[in-house]
Amino acid sequence: MTIHLTPYENAVLKGETGNTGTRMAMEIVVGAARILGADALLPVVSAHIDGCLYHGDSGVLYCEKLAADGAKVSVPSTTNVGALNLLKPEQVRIPPDRRRMAFRLMEAHRRMGCRPSWTCAPYQAGARPTRGAQIAWGESNAVAFANTVLGARTNRYGDFLDIACAITGRAPLYGLHKDENRFGTLILDVSGLDMRLLREDVFYPVLGALVGRLAGQCVPVITGLEQSAPQEDQLKALCAGAASTGAAALIHITGITPEAPDIETATGTIPAQTLETIRITPQMIAATRDSLSLASGDTIDSVALGSPHFSVDECRAVLRILDGRATAVPVFICTGRHVMDALAQSKCDTQLSRLGIEFVVDTCVVVTPILPENGKTMMTNSAKFAHYTKGNTGHDPVFGSLKECIESAVAGRLIRDEALWS
Amino acid sequence: MVIKGESLIGGQAHGTALRLDAPISFWGGVNPQTSAVTLAGHPQEGMKISGKMLIIDRLIGSSSSSAVMLELLYNGIGPAALIIGTKDAILPVGALVAQQMQWSLCPVIIAEGIPFQSGDKLTLNDNKLTRIRTADAPREQ
Repeated sequence: MTIHLTPYENAVLKGETGNTGTRMAMEIVVGAARILGADALLPVVSAHIDGCLYHGDSGVLYCEKLAADGAKVSVPSTTNVGALNLLKPEQVRIPPDRRRMAFRLMEAHRRMGCRPSWTCAPYQAGARPTRGAQIAWGESNAVAFANTVLGARTNRYGDFLDIACAITGRAPLYGLHKDENRFGTLILDVSGLDMRLLREDVFYPVLGALVGRLAGQCVPVITGLEQSAPQEDQLKALCAGAASTGAAALIHITGITPEAPDIETATGTIPAQTLETIRITPQMIAATRDSLSLASGDTIDSVALGSPHFSVDECRAVLRILDGRATAVPVFICTGRHVMDALAQSKCDTQLSRLGIEFVVDTCVVVTPILPENGKTMMTNSAKFAHYTKGNTGHDPVFGSLKECIESAVAGRLIRDEALWS
Repeated sequence: MVIKGESLIGGQAHGTALRLDAPISFWGGVNPQTSAVTLAGHPQEGMKISGKMLIIDRLIGSSSSSAVMLELLYNGIGPAALIIGTKDAILPVGALVAQQMQWSLCPVIIAEGIPFQSGDKLTLNDNKLTRIRTADAPREQ
């Protein structure tokens, strides 16, 4: 297929304008467009870069070559987590050579003009694209949140392509950038669930995990959440869950997603009555919740919170539940500097630290070695942590509500709130 | 036997086919230092993809698989060519970056219902994939 390029895009490719770093980035965006079957590129207004997490030396050399050849990002670009806590280097246990490379990778992104946000929740760190904005974002939860909650338009841009899009200000015109690919194709009806459950924070990551598994390649439409009016952090947890257990990058939630005031609008030109509808039952929710825990028994070696990165409100909730009590096992809150700055203003950070909370900033506990070396079991309220913990860290996850996590951390063993699910 | 596909990254390659008989995510499924399939229980677990005409009908998983693909090519132990059954950008983008970095060329072709099996000797020429000997045919002198 021929790709139609603008005079500017052609000039960059031919080296008639811009530096050689930008030219290489344009080669990669055009090459990706060819691979994806796109027939043109599309201007984007922002980028979120997932490629700053160290996976091997080759990725570092790629970004350093772009930077050395003069490439700079041409649109506002935030960075996802790296492999290091730059504010507290000793927190991460990695050998010196890998540490050096992980640092060089983060530095290369800074040098190219990225805003060093080092967070997987850029949408809570000031990057709030507007409805309809065409963007090139990486990090599956951020992609799902941008499409679902903000109504911006992005595919899942992974390593290498994300920074190339940021430099060129272009993305391949395909997938969720186009109207016709954003229509809902599977209806998930939660109206049969108890309203009490729908008001609980812990319901949302579980629903997300279930949606991810059910959706497959479909664009799901969730209907029946209108009355419970989920808050931003609940939507964040839902999106992260769906993007971990499946490939969901856009989830229409009727009454919340800007493109989904109702089912008919969400499914666009596809008649809603021709689509499959799955009624979500309490049994499906309970089974999904149970699937997020791999450990049995009541031993807890650590508690990990903040995937996606915790918000100020979520940190304050931890302080409230602790109510002055100290923790008996390590509790990690993964978050960004934008939250640490806000917490410092009200001294929440020192109050939490005094009670035993350890902040993990710029990174998180499932992408780099931080969890206790001799630990086996990690408790979390995040479906995403629960999904990735075993594979990435070897620790068995135990999933629970934030209150269950904190009560367990204080008691030093698993505490369940049986009333929550009855 | 010759099949034609769509060339995603052009080039020539030649070698023995290795077909991955179950979906795989390279991230967490292929060791970038050895090229061995490490996914527990995968039909090709333990086999090395280095130098192979790699046939993958279905790709799944993390976009960090691009990074594993690039690392393999950087280490000089990537597949000779990628022959994929479904449109997917993750592994081809790794091959694209390796080409731009001038590390090694790994042509990529997409074709539906690829009839070739592990052990077949294949030659790829841009969009044309030729079987020059089947897996069970006696070796010519």
